[in-house]
Amino acid sequence: MLWIRRDLVDAMVEHARRDHPDEACGVIAGPMGTDRPERFVEMVNAERSPTFYRFDSAEQLKVWREMDAADEEPVVIYHSHTATEAYPSRTDISYASEPGAHYVLLSTRDPESDELRSYRIADGEVTEEPVEVVEHYMFSHTGADDIPDSP
Amino acid sequence: MAVTVSVPTILRTHTGGEKSVEASGANVAELIEDLESRHSGIKSRLVTDGSLHRFVNVYVNDEDVRFAGGLEAAVNDGDNVTILPAVAGGVR
Repeated sequence: MLWIRRDLVDAMVEHARRDHPDEACGVIAGPMGTDRPERFVEMVNAERSPTFYRFDSAEQLKVWREMDAADEEPVVIYHSHTATEAYPSRTDISYASEPGAHYVLLSTRDPESDELRSYRIADGEVTEEPVEVVEHYMFSHTGADDIPDSP
Repeated sequence: MAVTVSVPTILRTHTGGEKSVEASGANVAELIEDLESRHSGIKSRLVTDGSLHRFVNVYVNDEDVRFAGGLEAAVNDGDNVTILPAVAGGVR
């Protein structure tokens, strides 16, 4: 199950629509071990292609270092398909190397309707999971999170 | 000749869970050989058919070695080497 704030979903959809017909990609970082996506990071698709994406390696190093310094991890890794369904391709599966991440796929093939699905990918196995879109996260067990993240 | 190597989550099974290990070598190929001698199995995750695997990025300090000679890229004492999984995909 992916629990995710609506503003983060909207940001992914907006990015995918804006980069269409090229594939869009990025990550949503969250505090280590919480499984809670919080910090939206739009990445450059170094391929600038409608059929392929690759994080720019220099940008990826910078973003991964920032996450490391902030004790964060990539909770969501997202990209868009522009002419096919939001399901991981064989290439997507072969590259998937974060077994703890939620791989979010968006499809922009239909200009009228948004398609967003989430998967776990580990050892070449794809498992689709439900996506629960929430207005804000509520965690009563830690002080700082008693305050909702978004108004 | 000590170089600090940052190891991504996916490869930490080879380093006993360590996120940072020491290794030595004058270039990336030697460094990987040295890593393999201490952390068995890691080489096959990084190198295929004598070149760097397309599923990983290796950086010497801030430079992606793909643009700096690949396995031949020079490594100096005190350098930081970072290994990251490449994040990529395609429709096929």
